[in-house]
Amino acid sequence: MADIAVHDVDHAHTDHGAYEDHAPHATSTGLSNNKLSMWLFLGSECLLFGGLISTYMLYRGRHEAGPGPDQIFDIPLTSVSSFILLMSSLTMVLAVNSAKRKDDRNTSLWLTITALLGALFVGGQVYEFTSFYHEGLGFTTSLFGSSFYTLTGFHGVHVTLGIIMLMVVVFIMQRDRITGDKAEVVELVGLYWHFVDVVWVIIFTLVYLIPS
Amino acid sequence: MSAAVEHTDSATEANHDAHGHEHGHDGHVPKDSYFIKIAIILAVVTALETSTYWWPESLSAAATPALLIMMAIKFFMIVSIFMHLKFDSKIFSFMFYTGLGLAVFVYLVFLFTFQFFRT
Amino acid sequence: MAIIERPAAVPATVDAVAAPEVVTPTQALGAFRRPVSSTGWKSWLFTVDHKKLGIMYGAVSLFFFLVGGIEALLIRLQLAAPDNTVLSADQYNQMFTMHATTMVFLFVMPMAAAFANYFLPLQIGARDVAFPRINALGFWLFLFGGLFLNSSWLLGGAADGGWFMYSPNSSALFSPSHGIDFWVLGLQITGIASLIGALNLIVTVLNMRAPGMKLMQMPVFTWMVLVVQFLLLFAMPVITVALFLLSFQRNFGATFFDVNQGADPLLWQHLFWIFGHPEVYIIILPSFGIISEVLPTFARKPLFGYKFVVFSGAAIGFVGWGVWAHHMFASGLGPVSVAVFSVATMLIAIPTGVKIVNWTLTLWGGKLWFTTAMLFAIGVIVLFTIGGVSGVTHAVAPSDTQQTDTYHIVAHFHYVIVGGAVMGLFAGFYFWWPKMFGKMLNERLGKWNFWLMFFGVNLTFGPMHILGLQGQPRRMVVWPEKLTGDGFFDMHFWNQIASVGSFVIGLGVLIFVINIFWTWKKAPIAPLDPWDARTLEWITASPPKEHNFDRIPTVHALDEFFHRKYEEVDTADGPRLVKVKSAEEILAEEESHADAHIHLPSPSYWPIVLAAALPIIAYGVIYNLMLSVVGTAVLLLAVFGWCLEPSVADDSDYDPPAGGDSTKELATLG
Repeated sequence: MADIAVHDVDHAHTDHGAYEDHAPHATSTGLSNNKLSMWLFLGSECLLFGGLISTYMLYRGRHEAGPGPDQIFDIPLTSVSSFILLMSSLTMVLAVNSAKRKDDRNTSLWLTITALLGALFVGGQVYEFTSFYHEGLGFTTSLFGSSFYTLTGFHGVHVTLGIIMLMVVVFIMQRDRITGDKAEVVELVGLYWHFVDVVWVIIFTLVYLIPS
Repeated sequence: MSAAVEHTDSATEANHDAHGHEHGHDGHVPKDSYFIKIAIILAVVTALETSTYWWPESLSAAATPALLIMMAIKFFMIVSIFMHLKFDSKIFSFMFYTGLGLAVFVYLVFLFTFQFFRT
Repeated sequence: MAIIERPAAVPATVDAVAAPEVVTPTQALGAFRRPVSSTGWKSWLFTVDHKKLGIMYGAVSLFFFLVGGIEALLIRLQLAAPDNTVLSADQYNQMFTMHATTMVFLFVMPMAAAFANYFLPLQIGARDVAFPRINALGFWLFLFGGLFLNSSWLLGGAADGGWFMYSPNSSALFSPSHGIDFWVLGLQITGIASLIGALNLIVTVLNMRAPGMKLMQMPVFTWMVLVVQFLLLFAMPVITVALFLLSFQRNFGATFFDVNQGADPLLWQHLFWIFGHPEVYIIILPSFGIISEVLPTFARKPLFGYKFVVFSGAAIGFVGWGVWAHHMFASGLGPVSVAVFSVATMLIAIPTGVKIVNWTLTLWGGKLWFTTAMLFAIGVIVLFTIGGVSGVTHAVAPSDTQQTDTYHIVAHFHYVIVGGAVMGLFAGFYFWWPKMFGKMLNERLGKWNFWLMFFGVNLTFGPMHILGLQGQPRRMVVWPEKLTGDGFFDMHFWNQIASVGSFVIGLGVLIFVINIFWTWKKAPIAPLDPWDARTLEWITASPPKEHNFDRIPTVHALDEFFHRKYEEVDTADGPRLVKVKSAEEILAEEESHADAHIHLPSPSYWPIVLAAALPIIAYGVIYNLMLSVVGTAVLLLAVFGWCLEPSVADDSDYDPPAGGDSTKELATLG
């Protein structure tokens, strides 16, 4: 942080632009480039998941060749895994707050717990997919199957990428290789993580709980 | 669109002048205990959501609207509190809610043209 | 992704006089030194400079324009005579599919990206974009995606389902070659390029404006590019979903669009056009931005109703989200949907009409200077209006039902795309060439270029209105002699006229290519401000220095450059604008106040490596998943290298170590 400050004093009057985005004064809006682009990206992701959810809603009733949603969903199990993902949002918030306090130890700790909870969720999903498969719902069994696996699979991939990002942040934080503002790096991963959680809030209700 | 951005633009600039730098916003971000309280509320709502699965037949007509409302509550609590949208620059809200709003609008119309809401 | 873009704090030693004592080269993944040269082929391959990337975008798009143009000429050759056999039916299907795909995704969109990349930072007074490495990644993804898409010609045939790839034509049953797989995956790759480009440019516009520049003081081109980036940001994920569903159907046995399995083919149509209609504005708005720069310059008047032009551009972008189903009036949507979308579509004519009026009134009373750029800009107004009017007839559902899938539609969208978008891009070439290369394109050849293209467009696409209303279906490989009408409705005659016209356009484009080479070899150095221009990009040298501006200009007004040159002076006849400074004087003033420390982003290996991984993965999806695994490994390696690459190239990366020299330009960020 100290050298950033030095840098600011040196260049505040001359520098303007991209490469100066760690210096809040350098941007026209005073907002960080990174955070702005993360929010834009999340806005864009709304349209991606919207398309997948709509496709599922359209096709959820089309399952002549195999089991339908009512026969196959295990609500208690999914509730538990939804709860786990929800709690990982809490641990993520705690990580962000620790990072803002420059408390590296707790940041790493909470990030690790978040990643573990995420892994538990993905594990639950793998278990769910396997048991559905054994009950006769393959990816190509019916339109319901294809659209269900596509939607939840995309979400699962997002969670998995999130876990990788969390672990990378923990790893490079311990090695002190983060270039730039640590708290912001943690915050950015946090935004992504919460978004993935929020998508699951919608999927849990629309896909699992509302009877078709 | 631009008017909104322009407006928040200057608001942020004023803000950041006052605080000296962007993390001035973070001053408003609550303590850990606040987030834990929010998480407890979210957990309770989730439990309520799950309970609809065991609701008696007579209540099933109310289940769908109740679930949608609870979903919206959870969604906006996470987005505005956990993701700090409430405490942060309005520009971020503009970015995200534009995407969200477009998605809701476009896909509702999409499902409508398939007569999805007819029954 | 964003983590990566975090710039490191510049070490306090940067400006120190003494070189660092210990010189350890920073190595990319422990193997290579950072590329730091600013000349030679490496400087292009690993560059993150928005101007170099802009030129590369332009060159590659121009190449694809020629490819798409040759495809078009082959189509017109096939249709020049009844029952013709230039192309087989199969080849013909591939030809029109790839012609459209190439022109839309590999020419118009990236050419607009070329201008946006090059001029957007210059117009807002920035030294680069917000994320230079991501910018480079976008270019390489576009190039590799385009090459991947076109490699299908050599690998069993290109996509043949039409550019909107309706089901069931897109299914393996009707298109057993790998063409559509290449199409799907190629568009995914170029789609990522568009998405990250959109993120980058939006952040650039919002965050990197020169001091003093308010949003409503940005040049109209910058504004239109901003609107386009928002459209891309929100439209690309929709086509991404559609493309994923299609590749799951073709490669993994899903049945999303298979009616036999109870699927609804309209699903694809909706997803495609929810993306596809905003895409129409993605194509046209950059051109609107360009001519909104060109017209005031050569009418020597400010743009009439700047705010209206800006807001109507934003309105077009916004309303464009609610009209997609007008592409599907004949698909049985039901009367309510058709009526709603019909009215919504007509609404779009309002902001578009506002723009046409504003441009016309910009010309009104101006001292018009008919340069080639100006001619192209006026050509846009004329041709786009024709295309727009026939567009309104398509908004009327009963009329559209008659015209659907006929040449009338082909006539309409070629008037707006060739007449609107492409002519606008040509206006941009002639207007900005001296800025980009320091030499003016030849005006005599330019006039030939313009008039050949202008007449060619009308000759080619004008008769298609008649052909379409007569019922000639779109995408038919032959038209039989016995069905041709008499007199005015002689299909034979009009098809031949259209084919001749297409070669006239081709000749115009050929003259443009000749003009480029002539200019490169023979043209003299252009004056600094050849057009007496108005906006910020002209305040710096031509071509601009690597760091764009010696001093970041402070902005006080819309058309800042113009206001620095001219002042209002009271005379006996009332106030008059008098030139008080020349461009050379302004530049000299800027140079004499050059900033002491200028930091430019360092070149990087990782964008090109990361981009190269994606076609490998895509080939793997088609041929052998093991190849995808290899591609993913390359991808991870590149991401890892990207993450760990210090944003600041160390002094020791320079050869010889460049520490201590106070004039060196040291890089930050990635």
